[in-house]
Parts: sequence; C-alpha cells; structure tokens
Amino acid sequence: MSDYRRREQSVTLSPLDEQHDPSDPARQELLTLNFGPHHPATHGVLRLLVTLQGEIVRDLKPIIGYVHTGIEKTAEDKAYWKVIPVIERMDYLSYYFNAMAFCGAVETLAEVEVPRRGQYLRVIHLELNRIASHLIWLGTSALDLGAVSIFLYCLRERELILDLFEMSSGQRMHTRYFQVGGVIEDIPAGFEAKLREFLKIMPERADEYGAILNSNEIVLQRLRGTCPLDAETLLGLGVSGPLLRAAGNPWDLRKADPYSSYQDFKFKIPVGTVGDNYDRFAVRLAEIYESVHIIEQALDGLPEGPCITEDRKIALPPRHELATSMEALIHHFKLVTEGMRVPPGEVYFPIESPRGELACYVRSDGSSKPARVHMRDPSFVNLQALGPMVRGSYIADMIATTAMLDPILGGVDR
Amino acid sequence: MPDATGLELLAAELGDAALETVYFRNRATLVVEASRIRAVLATLRTKGYTFLASVHGVDHYPEEPRLSVIYELLDMSRVDRITVKLRVPVDEPTVPSVTADAPDGSGWPTADHQEREIYDMFGVVFEGHPDLRRILMPEDYEGHPQRRDFPLGGEPVLFTRDEAKWLESRE
Amino acid sequence: MEVKREPLGPAGQGSPNAPLADGPLRVQRLNAEQLLRGGEIEGRNQSAHLKGTELEQYVQERVLTTTLDSAVAWARSNSFFPLAFGLACCAMETFQTAGPRMDIARFGFEAFRASPRQADLIILAGRVSIKMAPIIRRLYDQMLEPKWAISMGACCSSMGVFNNYALVPSDKFMPIDVHVPGCPPRPEALMHGVLKLRKLVQDDPDMGWRERYEAVGTEESP
Repeated sequence: MSDYRRREQSVTLSPLDEQHDPSDPARQELLTLNFGPHHPATHGVLRLLVTLQGEIVRDLKPIIGYVHTGIEKTAEDKAYWKVIPVIERMDYLSYYFNAMAFCGAVETLAEVEVPRRGQYLRVIHLELNRIASHLIWLGTSALDLGAVSIFLYCLRERELILDLFEMSSGQRMHTRYFQVGGVIEDIPAGFEAKLREFLKIMPERADEYGAILNSNEIVLQRLRGTCPLDAETLLGLGVSGPLLRAAGNPWDLRKADPYSSYQDFKFKIPVGTVGDNYDRFAVRLAEIYESVHIIEQALDGLPEGPCITEDRKIALPPRHELATSMEALIHHFKLVTEGMRVPPGEVYFPIESPRGELACYVRSDGSSKPARVHMRDPSFVNLQALGPMVRGSYIADMIATTAMLDPILGGVDR
Repeated sequence: MPDATGLELLAAELGDAALETVYFRNRATLVVEASRIRAVLATLRTKGYTFLASVHGVDHYPEEPRLSVIYELLDMSRVDRITVKLRVPVDEPTVPSVTADAPDGSGWPTADHQEREIYDMFGVVFEGHPDLRRILMPEDYEGHPQRRDFPLGGEPVLFTRDEAKWLESRE
Repeated sequence: MEVKREPLGPAGQGSPNAPLADGPLRVQRLNAEQLLRGGEIEGRNQSAHLKGTELEQYVQERVLTTTLDSAVAWARSNSFFPLAFGLACCAMETFQTAGPRMDIARFGFEAFRASPRQADLIILAGRVSIKMAPIIRRLYDQMLEPKWAISMGACCSSMGVFNNYALVPSDKFMPIDVHVPGCPPRPEALMHGVLKLRKLVQDDPDMGWRERYEAVGTEESP
C-alpha cells in the first residue's frame, strides 16, 4: 500500500477538537456567525445565529418572523369559507393539509358529517399533496447536498401532480378545493385515468431517485451518522412526523387517530432506527411509496354519492336547485352574503401533515366569523429541535440537517 | 379524550387548581388557575399525558379575563388528548412558564418558541422563560397584534374609480 | 494519436505547397481587407470586383450594423442572472419555472446566483413582511447596476390576499420594473413577465425605473 493510501485511510471523521489540543487558545475562541435570512441553503427565510468553534457548531439560535403574514388575525376578519384561502397559504407546500385541518375543526364544531365520497376524495388529494411536498423536499435537499439533477427530476414529477390538481380544481396551488363539509366539486372525467397513469410511474421514479442518491458517496457520507437525536429528546421538544419516525417512534396520526376515513386503508409506516439524517431521508422517501399505495386503494374503493354535505346551512346548494327550490335560494343567499353560522365553542383538530402534527384550533362565538383561528404548525415546533441536533457537528452537517428537517417558513411564521 | 366522568375524576384529583371542566364535542378541557399551571401539567404528566402538542393564546375580548393560554396535551400510548386552559386579565398577564426545568418539576422544552409567540402576539408575560423576546414581529415593534382591539392594518386599496382623485391629491 | 493535416479542397484556398499557417481563414481575411480597399485579388474572389450599389448590397447581406447601445441592451436582456430569492409560495412556482416543463433556461436565465453582487434581476417571489423589507432593500442596494426587479405574485405587488399589519407592498421600499399578478402566478405568467422585462430592456433601456419614478440623482457615483 502506498504512503498516500495509508495516510488517506488513517483520516477519521471525528470532531476536530479530539485531534487538537483543547487548551490551545486558538481552538477555544467562539465566533458567532449569521446565516441568512438570505442564504442559498436555507429553506425559505430562516435566519440562524450560529456560534462556532473552528468549524464545529457549539450553539444555534434560529431567528424567524421574516415571512410573518398575520394569517391568524386576517382569518378572524373573514367568514368561515373565506378563511380557507387565507389559511391554505400558511404552510405553502401542503396547502390541502392546512385546509383539511381548518375544515375538520369547523366540521367538528358545526357537527357536520362529510359524505364518504368526499372523505375519499380528500384522502386522494391529501396524499397527492404529501407526495408533492416530499418531492420538493427531496429536490431542495439534494440541491443543498450538491446533487443538482435530482432537483429537476423532482420538479418534473411535481408538474404531473400539479396537472392533476389543476384538473380537479382549476388551480395548481392553493386550490380551495376542500370546503367545510366536503370538497367543492366532484372530480372530472379523465382524472381517474390520468391519476392511474401517474401512480404507475411514480414508484419507478422514486426508485430512480433512491438509486441515484443511495449510490452517491458524498450524499451518503453527509447523511449517515450525522446529527442524530433520540426519540426521548424529540418528544420533549414536541417534534412529530417523519423526524420522530426516523428516531424510531412509529407515531402517525393517520393510524393512531384516523380522520377522514384513513382507517379504511392499509398502509405501512416507515420507521427509522438511529435517527440520523440518513434515516430522516429514508423515511420520507419510503413515505412516497406508501402514499401511492393509499391513493390506489382510495381510487379503487371510491364510493358513489355526494362529495359535499347535504346540509344547506353549511354547503352551497347545487345550481340547478336554485331554479326550483325557494329554500335553496335563501340558503344560497345567506351563505354567500353572511356565511355559515357555527355554534359557539372551541375545537382543536390535529392531522398528519408531511412535516408532523398539523392542528387547527378554532374558537367560535356563534357568529359567521371565527373568533380565533390558530394553526399549530409542525415546522414551528420542529425548528426548536435544530439546536440540539447540530450541537457538536460541522457547519456542513448543519446544512444537511436543516435540509432534512424540512422547515417551511410559511408555517413557521404564519 | 377522557370521557366526561374521567374528566371529573381528574378535576377532583387536581383539587382547587381546577376551576372548571368543559366536555364539548367529545373533547375534554380543564380550566385551571394560572399560577398553578406547572403543578397541573406535572400531575397530568404522571397520568400519562407526556406530549405537549401545542401552547397557544386566545383573546376573549370583550369577556374578562381577556387573555387565555391553552395547552394541548397528548397521551400517545392511549391516544388521549386533553386541553388545559387558563385565563389572565390584560392588566396583569403573568403566567409561570412551563419551558424550563424548575425546582417544582421538569419542564416542557417544546413550549419555548410557542410561549414567545404568545408573548409577541398577546402580551402574556411568562415568568421564568429563559429568553422571552418577540419572535415573529421585529424586536422593536410596539403593540401586541393578535389582540382583538389591535387594528388589522393594511394598505388602502386603490380602485380604478378612485384613481383620478388619488392622482389629483398627489399633485 | 496521429494528427493529419489536409487541405480543405476546392472551397479552401490553401494549395499543397502553401505553408501550414496559410489556412483558408487567413486567406479570407486578407481577401476581406482587399475588398474593403477595393483592390484587385489574384484569381478567385470575384466580390473584390463589385462596385457601387452592388457592393453595398453585398455588404448589407453579410454584415449587421447596430449601435453599441442596442447591442449592449440585447446582450443584457438575454442574460439576466436572477437572484436566487424565494420568500413563500411564489418561490415554489419559481422552482417550477426553472423546472423541466417551463424551462427558464431556454431563454438563458437559468443562472440563479446566490450572491446579490453577481445577480442583476431580483424576482421578489412571495410576501414581504415588515421584518424582511429592510433586508430586501439591502440586498437590492448590494446589486450592481444595471439591475431590474420583478414583483411576482399578488402579495408583493399589492397586498394580495392579506391586507394587514404584517405586510408591505414592495413598491413602498424599492423600485419595481414588472409586476406579475397571480396567487401564485403560473410559470407561464412568470415567464410572460420576465419576457416583458426582456423586451423593456431590449427596446428601451433608458426607460428604466429612474425615469418612471423621476428618481433623479440616485445614480451611483463613478
């Protein structure tokens, strides 16, 4: 073995301070560096104040608020169905989930039953949105790690999903498809065929991406073994979703506390072992396959029936009824001008979004506008785990961990 | 959610810290005294509610006491949720913080950013919080935006019919 | 590796006896010089014998003239370097515009630079909160002249869906050249806006934001 090879193989990846004399004053000086809010590697406008010793991160403080939009206060000013477009723009990658949480909360308050077809359609769109969100996560994370071509591949798949959304609701993003009581419109002809086509190619493409990234030595070195955090600490920090599942805790609200007929579907929960960055990556990649499986089952078992509740005090009557029925006309008028009235009370409705537990708290005082809407956003709570995760590792690991954490600053700042 | 009787038993156990119980839409809420929140959460932790899912604030204008802080707890092993609520008046909005470990029990680290957000948006001061600063608004912002008497703000919308008048006023 | 040099044949003007440096290109250059002088050339290049209107027509067919300004404007407009700057939901549609279907690279704008010093187009994609506005202004100031700004989406052009205390319309703190409406604008819409900006820069680079906002005296000192 040549001298060079011997030297190369003797290099270890242990933190710098084990290799150098810790009493050396040059090694003890701490430097506080500001990352962002404009930085090519942050996901959105996240500002990190990082205290460094050499290149090792000793402390990290996230500073947020750079996309604070006052969504919750705006929502107090609008009728219930007008809140839906506002609340959708919170966590801007999982817009159906935001709408689902809010609609679920209002449906619980108003004691409205969503028909089964509406529930299945909701599940289809939610899982499609989960795949789309994971694709963007995969693309931007790979971009951060240096694997640039994956970004374009993921965007190509996301275009197909956005086409499907456009087919069902007319908009690519922020579709206002979910309404209180169900979904606003039934899926058009051709949606099912196109969706089946997509479901056929998506697992193959996900295989491709997994193969590309799993044979990329740099990505593996950057992800394996970096910044692990155990499930206990994560639970203390309130972390849920793929981060918690990567650490070994199989908590998924779709299985534990099913809503919107998730109990009808058979799917597995990918769970990691170590809780390092590679597990977080692998868990999210595996979730794409599970989502495809759920959509297949939902499509196969799609029941007939109305897609929105028949209760005319909550949902608009169909247009053809307005010509014949006086009550329908009055209901339409009241709903459009004043909005639906919801009985007073408070409800907290949690769902499983691609980032964790997304919940909506709605307090109603009996009028047609909510008195308080609060979204418990998973990224806001998960961000608190970033500090404990990266303490003691390199800056490059911090970048990889931020990518694997999948923060969406729209949800963090609301 | 503990059912109605379970909730009453829980409230009885907490003694005078629990002011009220509400059972609404199959969800249980305990209204407790503001100063005893740490003890209440510690008791609930021993009962199995180990996951603090959310801490959020509400402004009940015009009812007094106006501000309330709501804690959502989750028992993962039994898939049970319970809500703990406390109310404070606007002129004295101090609540003990549950974030940090203290002599009276271990803390809930997840409440860190969430309590800062309630401070920022409603003005509730959390005593004992390691770092109580504004989190969403700029550091030097005055006012607490999500209070009900804070104006919504915004820009006046310029419609086409007003354009001529606006141009005139600019001259 | 074997290198063989061969004369190009009848189209080329090197003969087997000519030195290697005398390739066809050099001979053509010499012929061109002769043409401009209106002189005689041995043998082949007949165009050297054109005179008057025939010569003008010959030149018009082969030479493109322009002013330096238009040439520079053309080059600038076809090579925007956008700043990699996404704030909120519109950033997702900016990704899709850079994606394979609505390929922004077709137009030459795929070089998203991270540093404002290297970028000349800032696409404000998303809602601008009051905490972020001074930072965006600082980024815009750090960009070098000439620079353009596109306000993408309803939230930064006007207040968008959220007309409240937390947002600032981008017109209030920085000059914007093109506003793209939409919530979020489709990639086609964003492309339309960028191409409109390209046309603006190509045709009338003087009608920039300084003229429109009457911002005399804001030019950078040399």
